[in-house]
Amino acid sequence: MEDYEQFRQVAEKNREGNVRIPSGCAICGYFSRKGNALPASDAVNAMSYMHDRSNGLGGGFAGYGIYPDFPDHYAFHVFYDNDRAREETETFLKARFDISNMERIPTRKVYGIKGAPLIWRYFGTLLPEVKAHTELDEEEYVCRSVIHINTGIKGAYVFSSGKNMGVFKGVGYPEDVGEYYCLDGYKGYCWTAHGRYPTNTPGWWGGAHPFNILGYTVVHNGEISSYDANRRFMEIYGYKCTLLTDTEVITYIIDYLHRKRKLTLSDVAKVIAPPFWSRIEKMEEQEREKLTTLRNMYAPLLITGPFSIILGYPGGMMALNDRLKLRSMVAAEKDDVVYVSSEECAIRSICPDPDRTWSPAGGEPVIVELDKECVK
Amino acid sequence: MIDYIQPDYEVVRNKDLCVKCKVCVRQCANQVHAYDEKRDALYVDNSKCVNCHRCVSLCPAHALKIVKTDHCFKPSANYTEDIIKDIYRQADSGGVLLSSMGTPKSYPVYWDKMLINASQVTNPSIDPLREPMEIKTFLGKKPEALEYLPDGSIKTEKYPNLELKVPIMFSAMSYGSISKNAHLCLARAARELGTFYNTGEGGLHEDLYEYGENTIVQVASGRFGVHPAYLRAGSAIEIKIGQGAKPGIGGHLPGSKIGEDVSRTRMIPMGSDAISPAPHHDIYSIEDLRQLVYSLKEATDYKKPVIVKIAAVHNVAAIASGIARSGADIIAIDGFRGGTGAAPTRIRDNVGIPVELALAAVDTRLREEGIRNNVGIVVGGSVRSSADVVKAVALGADAVYIATPALLALGCHLCRSCHSGRCNWGIATQIPELVNRLNPDIGARRLVNLVTAWAHEIMEMMGGMGINSIEALRGNRLMLRGIGLSQKELDILGIKHAGE
Ligand code: SF4
Ligand code: SF4
Repeated sequence: MEDYEQFRQVAEKNREGNVRIPSGCAICGYFSRKGNALPASDAVNAMSYMHDRSNGLGGGFAGYGIYPDFPDHYAFHVFYDNDRAREETETFLKARFDISNMERIPTRKVYGIKGAPLIWRYFGTLLPEVKAHTELDEEEYVCRSVIHINTGIKGAYVFSSGKNMGVFKGVGYPEDVGEYYCLDGYKGYCWTAHGRYPTNTPGWWGGAHPFNILGYTVVHNGEISSYDANRRFMEIYGYKCTLLTDTEVITYIIDYLHRKRKLTLSDVAKVIAPPFWSRIEKMEEQEREKLTTLRNMYAPLLITGPFSIILGYPGGMMALNDRLKLRSMVAAEKDDVVYVSSEECAIRSICPDPDRTWSPAGGEPVIVELDKECVK
Repeated sequence: MIDYIQPDYEVVRNKDLCVKCKVCVRQCANQVHAYDEKRDALYVDNSKCVNCHRCVSLCPAHALKIVKTDHCFKPSANYTEDIIKDIYRQADSGGVLLSSMGTPKSYPVYWDKMLINASQVTNPSIDPLREPMEIKTFLGKKPEALEYLPDGSIKTEKYPNLELKVPIMFSAMSYGSISKNAHLCLARAARELGTFYNTGEGGLHEDLYEYGENTIVQVASGRFGVHPAYLRAGSAIEIKIGQGAKPGIGGHLPGSKIGEDVSRTRMIPMGSDAISPAPHHDIYSIEDLRQLVYSLKEATDYKKPVIVKIAAVHNVAAIASGIARSGADIIAIDGFRGGTGAAPTRIRDNVGIPVELALAAVDTRLREEGIRNNVGIVVGGSVRSSADVVKAVALGADAVYIATPALLALGCHLCRSCHSGRCNWGIATQIPELVNRLNPDIGARRLVNLVTAWAHEIMEMMGGMGINSIEALRGNRLMLRGIGLSQKELDILGIKHAGE
């Protein structure tokens, strides 16, 4: 008992948000342009081929199009430390959302997964009277509600809050986490996955990846050296970086630029990992003007240091490497499906014979979206 | 009258080495050295020596050295030698004590209490010799939002920005306080480096208009040399509210430095003292500042950024916040260890706060108020090396101003007697024979060398941190750790202690 207490204290002290934890990782994602339902089990398998890139301290998955029964509901996935936190959160949610369905997320016992919190999910829509009275637009309101729970209710943590999508993550190897959440039962047009290799020993489930806000999910491999410059800029715009992780700040940057400032994703990529000035100077006038303006106006959002990320968003997926390509990332294509992964072996494990494979250059985003006719 | 003060320095001549070439006699404008033909001997008057090393540097036989006198008062930690001498001086003259250059007092130098990070294992360092390393910087207000046009191009609000190839500019030093040749050196170096020099409050000599693209023209409380063509000549206009070495007071250029050219440039009579008032008499509040900012913008068709330069004083964060809302594009903060051509000693040594703390406080405050992107921040007042530049940028500065290091590069030996007007190095003087000692080509080259060397060092340090673009360093306080600082100091600087 004493041992456990000691472990808990150390885990608490070193948990995300109290310290900054660098980590190496494996990432992987695939996307069906035609919107076909792809099994989550492929992601779980693929990750098992990159076992050595994780160290059992975090794994997770994000799937899109997985809740066809509730396509227009916000799906909140929540970790609770105890029932008190759950009750408090449910009161909070019910005051704002019409909750059509709530349940414990189905899990199974898996060797290697321990210390799981209570894991619940809720499907809800914003109450019309709440919507009528808030000055914020709906997404912003939902986003702030989530932040309120995560920072204001002790022992509660919303780790997924988009529509028709969901994050499943925990402490353990990604394959075990997938098994734990019974992912074999889920299908979606896009899956991203993450296996984590943090350089110390947190034991907190909320710290695993993907990181999510509304429909955006980010899995990330790397350690960014621009972290504090990025974080302090985002805080000007009211984003509170409570986890102190790279993934959190990258997600906020994308949310800010794409959702709030309405930049196209390819321009978001140009802000985060822009071409060097020496290249910009050689471009033709219009492009040069544009890139100069983007780099100047959003200079604090440039990210340096090694990273490869896969961004999932409703209807699309973007993969991006840092401008020097300091982390490996491979892409492949087979029919309507596009794959990205830290290592090619993971792709070949689920798609042995791709039409083509390539290694995207640093700062060159790979963006795939649902074909027009497939968007509902 | 008895002179109570013994000379501070002794000029020591090694008679065995001296070849009696009399270079020292000719070179010393303070007339320390004298040659007696009858006796064929050289003499010195130590009381006139300011320790500028001109004779030492030019002596072909290396026969000279200057030593601090070991003549002493009874030691006291309270009434030190300096304090006793200052009292004698004031009892002699009845006047305000004057000094030049930055304070020599031993206040904490926070640059030296901060350490820089480097990457190991989890994140690779970047080799600036093999990979591009970017230090280009834009100074000025940034738009927040953009709009897409049908052709895919983007439309934003446009604000005038300065584009700097290196985040280092030459700080304001007026023509009058320094020589025309010194200005030429700065102007040429700024052009070659892709950065800017600053005219200071003394107007712009007609021969220097051709360097306008690399010039920041200053408007100070005396308005010396300010006219429409002057405002339009530079790339930016700086309103000088205060200077770190002498916050709260105006400038003073003795009439002896005001000859024909200076008089024409400043638009004041020859030989008259140029005394700029302490405040701008049209700025008694922040609204007044706004009016001046906009009248200068109006006069230059809104094409040039306006800089407001303030001294780092106790309330600097609130003042900066006001300036950031006044329409100014750039705030320059000048720390109290900064240099000056002439300032009352007591003010130089006791008024203001260190620029490191001021910068941290201002950057934090502007972020809290959500207006950091309204302005660029430039800091000066004792930025002494490339490491200081890196630390300033990591604390949140966009660029730095340097002045003393620039003068050192031109040969200044920090003798702190600029106010005498007899600078033996041709810098802080208007005496033609002395000015001619400073060769503008050589001087410009030395300035370019200095800044280029710093730029290389900045890139090395950035590469070490795994950062290949200076914007990712700006405000990246996680890259700094304090050493030997109290919790309060760490909190103000917004950094952690080493080991944390
Ligand atoms: S310059 Fe040197 S060598 Fe020449 S006279 Fe002076 S001390 Fe002697
Ligand atoms: S500029 Fe000249 S007078 Fe002033 S400190 Fe330097 S050497 Fe001395």
